[in-house]
Amino acid sequence: MGAAHGHRLHHHGHSAVHRAPAHLKILVLVGFVLLVVATPREWYAVFAAYAAVVVGTVLVARVPLGWVLRRMVVEVPFLVFAALVPFVAEGPRTEVLGLTVSEPGLVAAWGLAVKGTIGVMASLTLAATTEPTDVLVGLRRLRMPPLLVEIMSFMLRYLDVVTADLGRTLTAMRSRGCEPRSPRHWPVLARSLGALFIRSYERGERVHLAMLSRGYTGTLPTTTGGHEHR
Amino acid sequence: MSAPVLDVRGLAYAYPDGHQALFGVDLHVHRGERVALLGPNGAGKTTLVLHLNGILTAGAGSVAVSGLPVEKKHIQEVRRRVGIVFQDPDDQLFMGTVRQDVAFGPANLGVRGAELDRRVMAALEQVGMAEHVDRPPHHLSFGQRRRVAVATVLAMEPEVLVLDEPSSNLDPTSRRELADILRALDVTVLMVTHDLPYALELCPRAVVLSGGTVVADGSTYDVLTDDALMRAHRLELPFGFDPRTLGPGVGTGQGTAPRRTPDTGGSVASPGTHTNPGDLT
Repeated sequence: MGAAHGHRLHHHGHSAVHRAPAHLKILVLVGFVLLVVATPREWYAVFAAYAAVVVGTVLVARVPLGWVLRRMVVEVPFLVFAALVPFVAEGPRTEVLGLTVSEPGLVAAWGLAVKGTIGVMASLTLAATTEPTDVLVGLRRLRMPPLLVEIMSFMLRYLDVVTADLGRTLTAMRSRGCEPRSPRHWPVLARSLGALFIRSYERGERVHLAMLSRGYTGTLPTTTGGHEHR
Repeated sequence: MSAPVLDVRGLAYAYPDGHQALFGVDLHVHRGERVALLGPNGAGKTTLVLHLNGILTAGAGSVAVSGLPVEKKHIQEVRRRVGIVFQDPDDQLFMGTVRQDVAFGPANLGVRGAELDRRVMAALEQVGMAEHVDRPPHHLSFGQRRRVAVATVLAMEPEVLVLDEPSSNLDPTSRRELADILRALDVTVLMVTHDLPYALELCPRAVVLSGGTVVADGSTYDVLTDDALMRAHRLELPFGFDPRTLGPGVGTGQGTAPRRTPDTGGSVASPGTHTNPGDLT
């Protein structure tokens, strides 16, 4: 995990999608996701069209489809939840693969799954084609409240630090004969994630102290001298 | 004679959970001195440091920086005068580029434009990191990040530089390079450290904090060669290191060896005017 250049969600490239201004891409993404969410879930054909648009964008950006798909595992817990809906929902029952499930529940699950998947894939496309710092510049240009942009820039800065922390924890676990990937060891993994959270929280406090020590009063000053550096 | 840069009197402090860390600390540091603050883990060194720029507020006693009492109303000026370099550079470097990070402190003080650029470059040149000005801090090596952390504080043009464990986690070369940088700085230094050879090399004077009080204050050579004192406060020299074989002339920072003169009223660069550690044990 050499967190050297770029972030793991970014796929370096020079396509038209890569070169488009960040704030434009953010606007398009937000508009697109809102449109997807607002579409009635029974309009099945329209969702096929949405999926085609996203896949098309990925292809134009020359980002390997498999690369995007692998990163979509973040969606799994959400899909598991969606899969539960048909079993617990009320209404007329129907048979699917020998199981009795709720019909409105099935439609609801489809809606959740398809809207979620298209949304996640579209967001990943933005992440893959836009440097994280450019996303921040884009958000600032879109008049996002500066405090939120600052919080995000801190997140970016410390993502690598926390990831490296986690990497060391996992290595230490493996060295003592515990394989964090095996579900049998998930409880241990959960506890170490808890410890990681506490450590990150404490680091947050130390960073804050360091900021106060340099005269921080609550707003980040403009640190760019006469000219704009990025 | 001018007011000491750091003037700590009878400082006591208990954390909100009731744990008392400091029990009446007295410490005076004069302009141009380089002082090592030694002591075992849990002695209250970090707590003391956090009082110097008003992050923590004294429970009893007082802290003054060049005559200015550390109080809410001049907290910004105090924080300009006392520059603290924290132990983990990742805690100190939080902006996107080295330039933004070094500019953070002076910009908080209202410095803008060309003057800000000048300060940033001057600070980075002092630590030999000027060519890395536009790199993100997390792409630098640990030693480089430590040096940038020092620059972030130098850019505020402090009167006293307080370093928390400056040599920790550095490889021997980076450790020596940092020593060269610190020696070349024209600024008062208070250095918290467990690295006793480093203290001897850089600081003519050492103060030992143990159990929340100052138990010794004298020349670093005298402190490190006082076996009873060292043993009583969990201080140990690394294996094979004996200041006596180096002679009392080392560690004065000036190359020559001005031995401590007892209570002569403290000329500016003299490490004197302090109690002999032998008298205190």
